[in-house]
Amino acid sequence: MTVTAPPPVDDAGPDSRPAPVPPRPRRRHRVGRVTKAGPLTYVLLVLAALVSVFPLYWTAVAGSHTNAEIAATPPPFLPDADLFTNIGRAMDEAPIALALVNTVVVAGCITVGTVLCCTLAGFAFAKLRFRGNKVLLGLVIGTMMVPTQLAIIPLFLLIAELEWVNQLQAVVLPTLVTAFGVFFMRQYLSSALPDELLEAGRMDGASTTRIFWSIVVPVARPAMAVLAMLTFLTAWNDFFWPLIALTSDNPTVQVALAGLGGGYVPDRAVIMAGTLIGTLPILVVFTVLGRHIVGGIMQGAVKG
Amino acid sequence: MTIASDEPQVASIAAPSVLPGKRRRTSRLTRNRWGYAYVAPFFVLFACFSLYPFLYTAWISLHDVDLGDVDGAQWVGLANYSDLLSNEFFWNAARNTLTIGVLSTVPQLAMALGLAHLLNYSLRGRTFFRVAMLLPYATSIAAATLVFGQLFGRDYGLINAGLEAVGFDRVDWEGGSWSSQLAISVIVIWRWTGYNALIYLAAMQAIPEDLYEAAALDGASKWKQFLHVTVPGLRPTILFTIVVSTIGAVQLFGEPLLFSGNGTTNGGSSNQYQTLGLLMYDQGWTNFHLGQAAATAWAMFLIILVVVGGWALLARCRARAER
Repeated sequence: MTVTAPPPVDDAGPDSRPAPVPPRPRRRHRVGRVTKAGPLTYVLLVLAALVSVFPLYWTAVAGSHTNAEIAATPPPFLPDADLFTNIGRAMDEAPIALALVNTVVVAGCITVGTVLCCTLAGFAFAKLRFRGNKVLLGLVIGTMMVPTQLAIIPLFLLIAELEWVNQLQAVVLPTLVTAFGVFFMRQYLSSALPDELLEAGRMDGASTTRIFWSIVVPVARPAMAVLAMLTFLTAWNDFFWPLIALTSDNPTVQVALAGLGGGYVPDRAVIMAGTLIGTLPILVVFTVLGRHIVGGIMQGAVKG
Repeated sequence: MTIASDEPQVASIAAPSVLPGKRRRTSRLTRNRWGYAYVAPFFVLFACFSLYPFLYTAWISLHDVDLGDVDGAQWVGLANYSDLLSNEFFWNAARNTLTIGVLSTVPQLAMALGLAHLLNYSLRGRTFFRVAMLLPYATSIAAATLVFGQLFGRDYGLINAGLEAVGFDRVDWEGGSWSSQLAISVIVIWRWTGYNALIYLAAMQAIPEDLYEAAALDGASKWKQFLHVTVPGLRPTILFTIVVSTIGAVQLFGEPLLFSGNGTTNGGSSNQYQTLGLLMYDQGWTNFHLGQAAATAWAMFLIILVVVGGWALLARCRARAER
């Protein structure tokens, strides 16, 4: 059966909304309000961009000097040659290479699991009518207000009981579901997936499972991609639970960084080099996919 | 529900009133019991890793429990909660959480609004600016805090060097009460302003053009248009960002934990920036008093409920008053 092309999610442009939204006049060439930016706008935006980027740039600068050099007045503003020495020392202090591998594994598993669970549930909430779905959806949304702190103690006791402390599955399993993901997929599918398509599938005698894989997933793919990116980013950066579930023997990047920053002999250049090496991979990914992540965040905001 | 407290992207509850529910038709083709099977994976995980822990936390909060000896838990009723109310550390942490929350949220959202306004112009390099604004959001709490901890360093920090260069005195950012809370707020502001700006931008682009044209015909200046068209149009989104920021602010943990650079949980030598999140961790994992930690966690949840409920009530009253 044929599936109409899903609307693009990943274009950050102002016109990129799912098809079923009632048509509005195109907004790109507006009269009056959206005027061309003046020089002052550019100055302010460049300043804001500098503020955004500078701490990261300075991480590279500080991480590539010796400790004494950073302390000089005036401080250095260009990267230097000691980066690899510092990274080497940071890796002696904290198992950063292991942490990077662990984080890729953890974030990868969480991303796959979350996208799958959330697409299933999002589809059910968007398109299947079953008793109690409103209540259950309300429950999902309500959980967004519950602080992490409320789950931490029993989860810790649980993984202690299972002897999972310091094991990666202790981080993966509790993080597999996000209320946000369910809500995000539901919002997308309820507007992007026409009921007619499902009915046509049903007419052809397809089971619900078959309909899910051959109709829903292809339509949902753009939103799944956005959710995957956001989930991976969040999982990579997650701090509180990994800090409790893991130790510095088998850390994720964030746990390793916490150990590095809390060391007894704080060598600032080494800390910065470690921060750089732990942050660079996700920043590279982000720079490559940034456009789509921006689009996803804006999409989520408008559609809600 | 999730463990990732740093869960920022709950963006979607922005304007719940426009859920596309109008076109619903109860087709026999979509009405079926498969729904349960599809939501089952989510709810099984949810039950195991969220619902059960919440309830268990409530049970623990009514007991005297040591981290090393959970089986030896003693029923103490509400004693953990009453202890909390007479615990000066709790009130200190609550105050710090409040001040850091206000110091970080108010400028953050105001600047995000301004940035969104700038980004809404027709721009060259539009994508570049948007991605650049979002770069801090992609940086982890741990990395951001370690970097800012260096920038705010008393003796060798870049910020003090800058202050000195323009003739001010050096500030002991970590040691002072206000200064440390300000510095921690700066980290939060840095990480979240761009994200909120994009959310405002998305909402700005959904404001119908005719409103601006009508305002312009009435002779409203750009500033008046911003005040009387843009801001009212953004009201649900602003409420949403306030709610999300509030939830985040109450849970603030990583920044105060790592800011000092020595990995202790006391939040400064005189607890000057110990937040509720940090206090809870301190009670549970430094002092092993799980009962107290659980009571603190529930107190945090109640605070979130009260504050968010307050915001919602305020918004409803306002909407009614305008009608």
